[in-house]
Amino acid sequence: MGLTRRGLMTVAGAGTVGGTLLGGCAMGGGNDDSDSAEGDVNTANPLGVKEDAPLEVVIFNGGFGEEYAKAHEAMYKERYPKAEIKHSATQKIQEAMQPRFVAGDVPDVLNNSGGFQIDFNGLVSQGSLADLGPLLDAPTLDDPKVKVRDTLQPGIVEMGTYDGRFLSLNYAYSAYGIWYSAKLFADKGWQYPRTWDAMIALCKQIKAAGIAPWTYPGVHARYMSWPILAAAGKLGGLDVLKAIDNLEPNAWKHEAVRTAADAFYQLAADGLVQPGAEGMDHIQAQTEWSRGKAAFYSSGSWLENEQKAVTPPDFRMAVSPVPSLSTGDRLPFEAIRGAGSEPFVVPAKAKNLRGGLEYLRVMLSKRGASDFTTRVNSLTSVRGATSSTPAPGLTSVTKLLDAAGTNTFTWLYNSYYRKLEREFVNAACADMFAKRINAQQFVDRCQQAADEIARDSSVKKYKRA
Amino acid sequence: MARGRWLFIVTFLVPPLLLYGVFVVSPYAQAFQISATDWGGLSPEYEFVGLDNFRRLLDDGYFWNALRHNAVLLALLPVVTIVLGLVLASMLNVGGRRDRVGVHGVRGAPVYRIVYFFPQVLSVAVIGVLWKEMYAPNTGVVNGTLRAVGLDGLAKPWLGDPRFAFWCVAVVLLWSNVGFYVVLFSAAMQSLPRDIYEAALLDGAGRVTTLVRVTVPLLWDTIQVAWVYLAILAIDGFAVVQIVSDGGPGYASDVVGLRLYKTAFNESQFGYASAIGVAMFFLTLSVAAAFLRVTRREKVEAG
Repeated sequence: MGLTRRGLMTVAGAGTVGGTLLGGCAMGGGNDDSDSAEGDVNTANPLGVKEDAPLEVVIFNGGFGEEYAKAHEAMYKERYPKAEIKHSATQKIQEAMQPRFVAGDVPDVLNNSGGFQIDFNGLVSQGSLADLGPLLDAPTLDDPKVKVRDTLQPGIVEMGTYDGRFLSLNYAYSAYGIWYSAKLFADKGWQYPRTWDAMIALCKQIKAAGIAPWTYPGVHARYMSWPILAAAGKLGGLDVLKAIDNLEPNAWKHEAVRTAADAFYQLAADGLVQPGAEGMDHIQAQTEWSRGKAAFYSSGSWLENEQKAVTPPDFRMAVSPVPSLSTGDRLPFEAIRGAGSEPFVVPAKAKNLRGGLEYLRVMLSKRGASDFTTRVNSLTSVRGATSSTPAPGLTSVTKLLDAAGTNTFTWLYNSYYRKLEREFVNAACADMFAKRINAQQFVDRCQQAADEIARDSSVKKYKRA
Repeated sequence: MARGRWLFIVTFLVPPLLLYGVFVVSPYAQAFQISATDWGGLSPEYEFVGLDNFRRLLDDGYFWNALRHNAVLLALLPVVTIVLGLVLASMLNVGGRRDRVGVHGVRGAPVYRIVYFFPQVLSVAVIGVLWKEMYAPNTGVVNGTLRAVGLDGLAKPWLGDPRFAFWCVAVVLLWSNVGFYVVLFSAAMQSLPRDIYEAALLDGAGRVTTLVRVTVPLLWDTIQVAWVYLAILAIDGFAVVQIVSDGGPGYASDVVGLRLYKTAFNESQFGYASAIGVAMFFLTLSVAAAFLRVTRREKVEAG
């Protein structure tokens, strides 16, 4: 048979089709035959861990690094010497993990955090996460009479709960407030203001001294939505924030939110924010702040660790609550936003699901938590676990939380509907602090965005009680 | 005999076709399939939703906003890059002063040629981060230079202002590509016979006339290829946009590729994201086809 053009095409076609079949499918196939390892449940082993089952832990290699996790893994290994532990760390959780979720080949513990975390709305609505409820009701490692649930900071359980199931453990605990250099303030004789009027007055003094009163990351302007919402919550009570979380109509247009937005708009309108901040990212803005070019910066308590390399030795980093907007605020000045961060999950299809829960129990022991706090200068969601050598910022955070007592609060819309904060509120903040819109337009824009999410049938909705 | 030939052909044809099938055809085919589902990308479960994703695309203001930016890039990036590339390549090859040596480039041309190629050596990530820092409001080189020469009024928070952010990114795209086309056009010009230029010179043609009347027609094939490449780049632009401005402020510098990425990876809507991808695929295909058609010309025979 001679070689014809058509013959050649047939060969080529067959090859291509064969390739397609061999290529496999990105959407995976269903294989639900994976049984999770189980051991006997008894008082020494309340979660029924199989002692020789291997455990895979994937850590987000961000501000906290991965060394703390290696320490936790060593503690797990002490309890289960026969268990082989596989550790890995990455910054791009989503890219590394998404195909593994589809294939059902998931790790047993996943630290789903950072800018490239997997969207929780997607994980939850697609049933990819295991219920961590048994962990909450298990006894702690430190005291068999105390349940894990009762050692957690307020709000941790609520924050990780979706539709009544506790799916995500936020291991680190961050206090959010206004940060400044205690040294700078002591040198200049400035006092942190307790009311907004005092804040504006002080800002004018700071500006006169040749320092920009505020700076903020224009690219991630949502950082400035935190003090706005905190002030609104303190002014109007926590129902204001719950309404926002529940995407209620006109939640953002509540008088308290508008008043708070207006107060912060005044910073921009009176020229009290650093010129050029609208074009900076968080690293650029924080560096300006650390170098003493600006006095106030809104952030969470990871800031100290993040700025470690550029903070002058005698900076004395300190944090305070957002000032009260009126004398009739529902919550006292000391009330602050305290919220979990660094979410840890156990995938529903984990091969060693019980080992995953046990690993979290090890993390939540006094020893595990204190080790974390000492290493990375951040609190954990375990109450009372402190550092043996606290840095100035952490000392300030601890004082702040002690003063707040039971008056800590947070909102959840950002973890329910990531896009609402990361894109929409972020954009509205960027526009307001660059004076492209005013406070009224700001709340209108946020409301419009919330309504858009509420209407979007492709987004699963959650209800905060 | 025939069998030996078959064996020969099959041996050489099957491996590349297999690779092409696995790594090119199969992902494309799957993207089409996924675009008709509501797949969330985290479990093997999905449902077919037919053309719902494409219907949603038609009403998606954010998609159209991004597409508009791509359209502006498509209109400007190829033209400006090619014009700049041609001008610079002419200067390097035939732009030197007239003297007894004949036609040659400007003084220092070899050095320039290397310098122009620098951006091509850097990875996109490096280029992005570099420019992001250059645009930084207080510490960046751009504002620093403006202030140094007394133009303080022109110093802006570049990436923080929706009026400028998109153009800032466009400049980065231009900067990172011109060098390659200078080298490409230079190489093509090297193969042109010198005597044509010498003849033009004798006839008293100036630099501009030589460029427009001699160089462009002779390089038309190369320009055409450059045009298609740049058009594809303009419809994409994802990497540079994501690193430099991440589409912001707000959506002021968003492009379709970034919308696709965010829809898939930040919002876990792989079905809808694939629909955006499929739309992009047809868009790129038709633009490339249209360009080739419009720019088709009689070939000028050289030499």
